Amino acid sequence: MAIKLKEIAGKEEKLVSGHRLCAGCAESIIVRQVLNAIDEPVVVSAATGCLEVGTSMYPFSSWRVPWIHSLFENASSTIAGAEAMYRSLVRQGKIEDRGLKFIAFGGDGATYDIGLQWISGCFERGHKILYVCLDNEAYMNTGIQRSSATPMGAHTTTSPAGTVIPGKVQWRKPLTEIFAAHNIPYVAQASPSHWRDLMEKTRKAIAADGPAFINVLAPCPRGWRHDTNETIEIARLAVQTCFWPLYEVKDGEWHLTYRPREKRPVREWLEKQGRFRHLFTPKFEHLIDEIQAEVDRRWERLLERCGEK
Amino acid sequence: MAKSKVMALDGAHAVAEAMRQINPDVVAAYPITPQTEVVMTFSNFVADGLVDTEFIPVESEHGAMSTCIGASAAGGRVMTATASVGLALMLEAVYVAASLHLPIVMAVVNRALSAPLNIHCDHSDSMMARDAGWIQLYSENPQEAYDNVIQAVRIAERLSLPVMVMQDGFITGHGVERVEVLEDGAVKEFIGEYKPKHSLLDVDNPATYGTWDMYNFYFEHKRQQTDALSKAMPVIVEVGEEYGRLTGREYGILDTYGMEDAEMAIVVLSSTAGTARVVVRGLREKGVKIGLVKPRVFRPFPAEELAEALAHTKAVGVLDRSIAFGSMNGLGAGPIYLELCAALFAAGNTTTKVVDYIFGLGGRDIVPAHIEKVARDLAEIAETGKVKQMVDYLGLRE
Repeated sequence: MAIKLKEIAGKEEKLVSGHRLCAGCAESIIVRQVLNAIDEPVVVSAATGCLEVGTSMYPFSSWRVPWIHSLFENASSTIAGAEAMYRSLVRQGKIEDRGLKFIAFGGDGATYDIGLQWISGCFERGHKILYVCLDNEAYMNTGIQRSSATPMGAHTTTSPAGTVIPGKVQWRKPLTEIFAAHNIPYVAQASPSHWRDLMEKTRKAIAADGPAFINVLAPCPRGWRHDTNETIEIARLAVQTCFWPLYEVKDGEWHLTYRPREKRPVREWLEKQGRFRHLFTPKFEHLIDEIQAEVDRRWERLLERCGEK
Repeated sequence: MAKSKVMALDGAHAVAEAMRQINPDVVAAYPITPQTEVVMTFSNFVADGLVDTEFIPVESEHGAMSTCIGASAAGGRVMTATASVGLALMLEAVYVAASLHLPIVMAVVNRALSAPLNIHCDHSDSMMARDAGWIQLYSENPQEAYDNVIQAVRIAERLSLPVMVMQDGFITGHGVERVEVLEDGAVKEFIGEYKPKHSLLDVDNPATYGTWDMYNFYFEHKRQQTDALSKAMPVIVEVGEEYGRLTGREYGILDTYGMEDAEMAIVVLSSTAGTARVVVRGLREKGVKIGLVKPRVFRPFPAEELAEALAHTKAVGVLDRSIAFGSMNGLGAGPIYLELCAALFAAGNTTTKVVDYIFGLGGRDIVPAHIEKVARDLAEIAETGKVKQMVDYLGLRE
């Protein structure tokens, strides 16, 4: 499973340059990290969203692998259909078994919200697919609307920070835990800042005998309001503040895959992003303590689950 | 002609039997929103190892069509079945299947849409999907449902377009009739081997499916899609003729009865054509010049064929089992009526008077007396040249 930098660097890219994703977008970085971790031939599906419109604008395609987009909510079922066909044709001896791997990419809107039922169904039925969520914490492609992945306190265009309401008022949905509760062989949470961790998780996910899910935090300079050269740094801060812990649930066993030497205050992550700017005003400042308390609560529970306490 | 055996089957089992013989590579279906016994029966074939199919019992009809899309793009034979609001739920993906030119075959057992909740027969479901880009074949009885499903595989694969095969819920779906079932080998030979032009599984020649089109290409792709449908009629006829040579049951675009000298005609889809035929036969025996036209194909709409068949008629009564709500100043004519009027007008026929009868919504029975009433109305219209009521209802309490 070990990732060798030299070996990775020499690999042919499967998502090539020339696509239309924004400067500083984490999505293409994550997709390249995921796909470069896989040695087997892959078939990819994508949900409607930034990744899809940014890489498939007719008559161009940025994909050097078979790729399909159907709709917003059904990237999981679409790739599961392809996987089912592959199994069927191989079993019937109609095609050769070349160890194909089937991967779906969806944003948080496609994964946490509109597509949840489809993914849940695919996981329950045991399709051998890897679903990767590119979690940029809002509907960025359509203009930064809130999703159930948007953190409490964040300004979006449908949870705007006003004079009365301080941005989104709900806590984000714990999706990684929801998929862990599906008892599938592999579930993990990852960040592009910890690329080796992400790539190793990808290899474990691909090797799993059944469905796998990786939730990857994907900072979005447009929606999070940060400079385009800060993407990876902000992803790293999310991990170091324990807002976005790195862990995996392999065959039901919870493991923390990275423990920050020093848990930094969540304020450091928040203040880097324009979407939380209003929290740093006297009226809403108390919310930072509430957010810290929730991060602490979730982190402590995770430590317990991982046997780290 | 190939050998066949006679079985007592309802429409749902007839379709399941055809599916067993077709032996699709993948079937993805949801068992109830509502479904019929098509999927349950087919599940038994899977459980008993009678098919090689990878059967995916999905979590919704949207999931069913989504799975079918991925599976069909991956280059094998794919089938599903649905009905009613289940078809409505998957409609978004139904459009995608046609737009991606995927030869999926779907059995639809026509049932009403909500609200109010009703699981009995009408054509609201498939008529809602009439502009989705699929070929639509309507079946009168279990035999036709069986025959149409087998032909649908050939039609879909020849045209790279999806085909839905309709039959009437309960009336056909649950009505047991005599069905001549071909030998498995004959079906296998008739449908042949499917060789896809492209496959998502072809990792050596990676292709991109389902791109994002801007205004500079979307229009052209839609033009190509409509062009593909415009080439469907000759293929449907050719496959129907070949099937006729195999079985003695030839299939075309329209099924006509007594139209040679007809001055009046009734146009109706599916099982009600059987009732209408009995009435028309009785009237013809009394010397009434009335005929029956049963379109087997609704998409593509057989505009030329209908205009020709009805060219010499004075009065036509269309029987619609669904309402195009709001059409005709809110009168709410049915889709067959609207398209037929357009077809006659386009053919330059402005003399034939056409009236519409909405019937059978939510499974309301239609009986010979209703059709006799239509015949009486038509006789009056033929004689006077005057239409009193453009849209009327059969079997409605008012």
